[in-house]
Amino acid sequence: MTLTIAILLASAAVYSWKFFGYLVPEQFLEKPLVSKVAALLTVALLSALMATQALTKGSEIQLDARVPSLLVAAVLLRFKAPFLVVVLAAAGVAALLRVFGF
Amino acid sequence: MARRQVDTMSLGVGIATGLYGISFGALSVSAGLDIWQTQLLSLLMFSGGSQFAFIGVVASGGLASLPAAIASAWMLGVRNGFYALQMKPLLEPLGFKTPVAAQLTIDESTGVATAQANSAETKRGFWLTGAAVFVFWNSLTFAGALLGSALADPSVYGLDAAAAAAFLALLWPRLKQRQPLIVAAAAAFIAVVLTPVLPSGVPILLAAVTALVIGGLNLFKSTTQAGDR
Repeated sequence: MTLTIAILLASAAVYSWKFFGYLVPEQFLEKPLVSKVAALLTVALLSALMATQALTKGSEIQLDARVPSLLVAAVLLRFKAPFLVVVLAAAGVAALLRVFGF
Repeated sequence: MARRQVDTMSLGVGIATGLYGISFGALSVSAGLDIWQTQLLSLLMFSGGSQFAFIGVVASGGLASLPAAIASAWMLGVRNGFYALQMKPLLEPLGFKTPVAAQLTIDESTGVATAQANSAETKRGFWLTGAAVFVFWNSLTFAGALLGSALADPSVYGLDAAAAAAFLALLWPRLKQRQPLIVAAAAAFIAVVLTPVLPSGVPILLAAVTALVIGGLNLFKSTTQAGDR
């Protein structure tokens, strides 16, 4: 298998999930339990992505400048700061802490 | 949320995510893909987690690991199917736009769309964020691939921290009730604790099981249930 063919196969595989979700019959979604679980799934996945992004590196748990940076982001969100401010502040805090060898 | 705020948020998410595309482009080239293969991933796969998983496996295992690379990208992409499930009733009627909506159904577009208060803003948020992320992610993937390994470590610029903060910002408006709060805490804990022992992508999928269990059995129900999302 060449690398390019693998890329095409993997892309089709990922797309199949995206498309499949739009093909599921309407009635399935009208059940309150399904929509509730779907909403909670978004919460669970976003939270898992956030946590692995902030606390792991490769296959290891690693606590570094990303942790205080995420706390700053949380404080800014608590005070309703705009999205871009939160993201730029987080990047800035992490970059600054790393300059000082944290 | 006013219409202008939706636009600003969509653009902000697009730029923030796009910036991370620089490091994807650079990392992909250093993993052994050429510039065009890298660009193909961003255009066709268009799902950050799956793309990073794919190049991560190829970087460590070479051509022999291609089946594993495909499988891990696929597994990490399953959440997009759940996003599609959630977006379908919110975006209708879609018609011929369905294949396009499907390709744009990712963490960020779903995140912005479902954070809006009404139907018009939900749709606007979805399409604008999807389009903005697509444009910035692809153009900055190209820039990153050209820059090669010079920017390969996103941690130097704090971009890894920015990505975590972006996910937190998308999560924040959904945490107003007890049930989603507990789901979020449990999912974060499970994903991190399982990362050292399971293949890339699997801990995130297992963390999603918390939503099935807590939502399915309706545990930790809040006293206020009206209009929860």
